[in-house]
Amino acid sequence: MNRERVKELSIKAMDLRKVVLEMIRKSGGGHIGGDFSVMETLVTLYFDIMNISPDNKDDPDRDYFVMSKGHSVESYYAVLADKGFFDTQELIDTFSQFGSKFIGHPNNEVDGVEMNSGSLGHGLPVAVGMALACRMDKRPSRIYTVMGDGELAEGSVWEGFMAAGHYKLGNLCAVVDRNHLQISGTTEEVMTHENLHQQVESFGWNVLEANGNSISEMSEAFQSAMNVDDKPTLIIANTIKGFGGGDVMENNVGWHHHVPNDEEYEKIVKAIDERREELENE
Amino acid sequence: MNKIPNRQAICEVLMEHAKSDKDIIALCSDSRGSASMTPFFKEFPEQAVEVGIAEQDLVGIAAGMAHAGKKTYCFSPACFLSTRSYEQAKVDVAYSNTNVKLIGISGGISYGELGMSHHSAQDIAAMSAIPNMRVYLPSDRFQTAKLIEALLTDDSPAYVRVGRNPVEDIYSEESTPFEMDKATVWKFGDGIGKKIVIVACGEMVRPALEGAKSLEKEGITVTVLDMYCVKPFDKDALIKAAEDADLVVSVEEHAPFGGLGSDVASVVSANKPCKVVQMALPDDHVITGKSKAVFDYYGLNAEGIAKTVKGNL
Repeated sequence: MNRERVKELSIKAMDLRKVVLEMIRKSGGGHIGGDFSVMETLVTLYFDIMNISPDNKDDPDRDYFVMSKGHSVESYYAVLADKGFFDTQELIDTFSQFGSKFIGHPNNEVDGVEMNSGSLGHGLPVAVGMALACRMDKRPSRIYTVMGDGELAEGSVWEGFMAAGHYKLGNLCAVVDRNHLQISGTTEEVMTHENLHQQVESFGWNVLEANGNSISEMSEAFQSAMNVDDKPTLIIANTIKGFGGGDVMENNVGWHHHVPNDEEYEKIVKAIDERREELENE
Repeated sequence: MNKIPNRQAICEVLMEHAKSDKDIIALCSDSRGSASMTPFFKEFPEQAVEVGIAEQDLVGIAAGMAHAGKKTYCFSPACFLSTRSYEQAKVDVAYSNTNVKLIGISGGISYGELGMSHHSAQDIAAMSAIPNMRVYLPSDRFQTAKLIEALLTDDSPAYVRVGRNPVEDIYSEESTPFEMDKATVWKFGDGIGKKIVIVACGEMVRPALEGAKSLEKEGITVTVLDMYCVKPFDKDALIKAAEDADLVVSVEEHAPFGGLGSDVASVVSANKPCKVVQMALPDDHVITGKSKAVFDYYGLNAEGIAKTVKGNL
């Protein structure tokens, strides 16, 4: 990806954080910390990597995406809206409101959402199934899923790692949003994943690591995964929970699903604006 | 004595259709032998997926394949399929509305002597409680085949429970009255005297019919409903049958909560109130033994059904 495009998408990721902020402020709930950590992963996938758009959403040859860490739905919806699947203002106005289709976890009644999620540990096995089916039909589709690092404690994730390795699913690429924090504390305190790279590699996967808050690094990792035909790829996206939200938010476990008050909101907006300006001037 | 279990009938139907429909996929969790699906796996290896002993993965993978255009049939013992992968059935199948058919094999107390871990006496309740999940318990191999033929024509989720052992034929090659989601109605007696209704599903249909025949000889008029479609429950058939009934009896190979008996009681009480008696497995550890011996112990046989009817008239 050229520098201008990296800059453009990095700025987009900052702008979309503001959409997330508005959704959460208006609805009074959401999982903002993980939304901010995973944003560059989603922007890279939807605006650089995946063959998916409102025009080809029903094409069987499209690329497929499963948001396994469904609680980061605000960032997912914000990206889908920006991609043109639905209106951003409608999203902000109705997210989590009574009777809304924009439920607080992914809902496939919303255009662009492939599968419902919310219960953790579901996305990888589902993505394995999609990858198997697409390979059977010799389709060019690639399958992507994004998991949280706390989610890795779910046993079904490891069933999925095992099956994908067994079937050598080169058309499957999973991402772990490795922000090291979950609702009760650090992932290492709650249930350690210190050897994640080696663990998943031992299941027959190609494992890559990248700065998950860097559009260019994530793009490079996704491109690299496309060159591996005989193994699924896991990208450990090393991220900062709350990234972009400044000192008040970044790496702070309390922001898993905290709704910012007025003072915090002002600080977060200021931090996003400052980061955005830095990106503009790069 | 019929030697073909219902699970084998499923395999035969799927194999017939798999020849021309390459989107039909069978998935097993190290269960192809117990599911009678070995012939399918041998003849259609490109349409067969083995996931190992991993029921959550089984259902999640099936849902993903279905979302990508496949017609998936998941085979696993009902005890594991209905509980270990319950959340996948709820979220990945029913909630996401994927074309997954969950086939619970060796259901109920088929594994009678293997203990409670291997009994599925809660699967009707569990699966029925999931919105967008249908629940079927076919009674014999002919009805099972008709059901699978029907399920092949739709793209919605369903759970089907079949037993491990062959059951005596009720229907035949020539005569298997079947309408999707409609109970099959049997009538015995001359309409004079006491009128009762027996509602049964799965392996309990055969003893219900035999019990009805013995009651008929005693001058009791009996309507038996083969309610293979537990969900969507055929309310109309039951309301019609219960019109002038003195007693309604439900018979099921299931715990006494949330199964066929609960549906029967709620439909009868709301529409044609009369005495309703439920026959089911106990809310307890089921006694050890082969399934027939266990059924006999709890009175879930023709004699027990007839006795229950007479004791409640």
